[in-house]
Amino acid sequence: MANGLHATRRGVLAGAGAAALLAASRPARAESVLKIGVLGVMSGPAASWGLVNKYCAQATAAMWNEKGGVTIDGTAYRIEIVPIDDKNDPKLAVSGAERLTEQDGIRYIIGPNVDTTAASVRPVAEKNGAIYFPYAFSKALYTPPAGNAVLGMIASYQAGPIIYRFLRDSRGVKSVAFVARNESDPLNQRKEGVEAAKKLGLNVVSSDDTYEGGTTDFFPVMSKVVSGKPDLIVLSGVAPADAPLLVKSARELGFKGQLSTETAQDAKVLREGAGNAADGFISVGGASTPEIASDYMNRFRDRYARVAGEWNDEAGTKVYALEIILATLQKAGRGAIGDVAAFKRTIDTFSMRNPFLREDKPLAYVGTAYFGQKRQIGVPMVVNEFHDGAFRTLFIGSVE
Amino acid sequence: MEQIIVNGVVLSATYALVALGITLIFSIMNLLNFAHGQILMIGGFMVYYVYGVFGLPYAVALPVAAVVTGLIGFGFEVLLFRRVVRVATREENSMLLAVGTALLLENLALFGFGEKQRGVPSIVGGVYRVGAAFLPAGRLLVVLIALALIVALLLFVQYTRPGRAMRALAQDREVTYLMGVDVERISALGFALGAGLAGIAGGLLVTLSGVNAGIGTALSTKAFIMIMIGGAGVVAGAILGAVVLGFAEAVGYALIPGSTTYLLIFVGLILFLVLRPQGIMGKPQR
Repeated sequence: MANGLHATRRGVLAGAGAAALLAASRPARAESVLKIGVLGVMSGPAASWGLVNKYCAQATAAMWNEKGGVTIDGTAYRIEIVPIDDKNDPKLAVSGAERLTEQDGIRYIIGPNVDTTAASVRPVAEKNGAIYFPYAFSKALYTPPAGNAVLGMIASYQAGPIIYRFLRDSRGVKSVAFVARNESDPLNQRKEGVEAAKKLGLNVVSSDDTYEGGTTDFFPVMSKVVSGKPDLIVLSGVAPADAPLLVKSARELGFKGQLSTETAQDAKVLREGAGNAADGFISVGGASTPEIASDYMNRFRDRYARVAGEWNDEAGTKVYALEIILATLQKAGRGAIGDVAAFKRTIDTFSMRNPFLREDKPLAYVGTAYFGQKRQIGVPMVVNEFHDGAFRTLFIGSVE
Repeated sequence: MEQIIVNGVVLSATYALVALGITLIFSIMNLLNFAHGQILMIGGFMVYYVYGVFGLPYAVALPVAAVVTGLIGFGFEVLLFRRVVRVATREENSMLLAVGTALLLENLALFGFGEKQRGVPSIVGGVYRVGAAFLPAGRLLVVLIALALIVALLLFVQYTRPGRAMRALAQDREVTYLMGVDVERISALGFALGAGLAGIAGGLLVTLSGVNAGIGTALSTKAFIMIMIGGAGVVAGAILGAVVLGFAEAVGYALIPGSTTYLLIFVGLILFLVLRPQGIMGKPQR
């Protein structure tokens, strides 16, 4: 018994010494906590949208916390991510936003993912003085008098015209057909896409073909779309789960033209679901292709894979939110942690080097041309083409 | 027109396999298994890992999916539903339990398999032309396997001793018990068989449409539509319901503006149920 006690004491002393050494060798531990909310769909068929947001925030927070947290006005804050699943339900989005802002006192929320949930969160955010970063494209969310939402990525109506123009000018596309999931976001994106295509002088062969959520066989809907013999088929607002199936069905039906979408996709999902049939498929990506990614982005990829179990190319477009929130707070000062007015004032002049791109490019808030105010993260518009199982960057555009 | 027929046949065959499992469980247990789509999803993931990730032959992967999902169904019946069905005084209790198992499986799958869509290489390559229609060889193979399994199931239910016991159970549980049939064993077997069929359907569908953790609810909804059309608890009715839904989708997507296809299907279903609530082949309740 005595020996056991002696051994325990020795062990405690050795452990304390090791802990002291370890503490001395690490960056100073942040004692204050900065809570960031992530509100989005994290279960059901669209789970990947919200989960990718959550994993991105958790991976970014982990990287910052390993360095001792984020320092704002000389105080180090440990970043804590508080995720809530809204199941794509506006009612749950409202209750989630209320919990984040009222119970947890959070002022910065990443999400929600679609127009309906983002719109439902607006009154809560405005009443409780919070800023949220939706991945929904409705212009009303970002246009005055609305002022508390910041679009987290490139909208379809921004990417679409640029992609169509590229395909018209460099691939000889003259006609286009649209197909969309029968839900409000994809249907809105289709409407915007049709208008953009018409403005570019493209012949819109068909634009009323839709499929229901949960469709497992896309042959029937694609049979009709392909029969119109368009040069280009646009998959409006297509979810990553549906994209490979639609692409594969089109190819199996003998379609030889171009296929594109304005949403982000994952190379592995395309590779597994469509194989070589997805060759030539154009989508919007982030900073994840090897030819443009910085070392920091590559480290983020590794950290993301540790958090989520594997890398997802969708994260390339969603990596920016937390990084720019933290950098803006650093510039705005400690007061902005609890008062978003200071954060809003900083938005107009904020700029930093884009940490995710190898090339020296600025990262700032944009959107004046679309919303009349800077309410969008200036995510670079990386347009990728799928080839031999991987994405290849075609070109990089930007939004003003 | 040829393409509509080909699409209708492919949809009907795969849907029939989905509907048969759920109607089998309903007939034996008088239970609407809300977790049917989720069990199907588990079957899809089994094939994804065994065939797609570990590289074993598809002929191995499909039986693995059937066995794993069959065991899940067996476990659900023995550990959960048997007691609830016996003790509960209201049917809602078993329905709520079924909803609970659906949510459990969906969340476990999300946790274990991740949020991504998964897919496997086609079992066979190539595309056939049937008149003016395209028919990929992989889809044809899935149809043939589905039809073979449907025939095998019908033979099993019609001519084997356990199959006859299942039919007897579906007709009258008490009389079957009095005839000396081990009702609990047959119920567990029926649940396992229904779940196994869902697993096989998932294993077949993963080759056409891939799988993700969230596909279950939509597939369960379609399965409910099929058995409501055909008549809940009637095996032939499930097949008929699958054919009706399969061709309604194929015709609708080809000839009706996209977003109204399912609207019309649901309106048609409501009108049909008002006129014939027991479905085409179901018997009216007394």
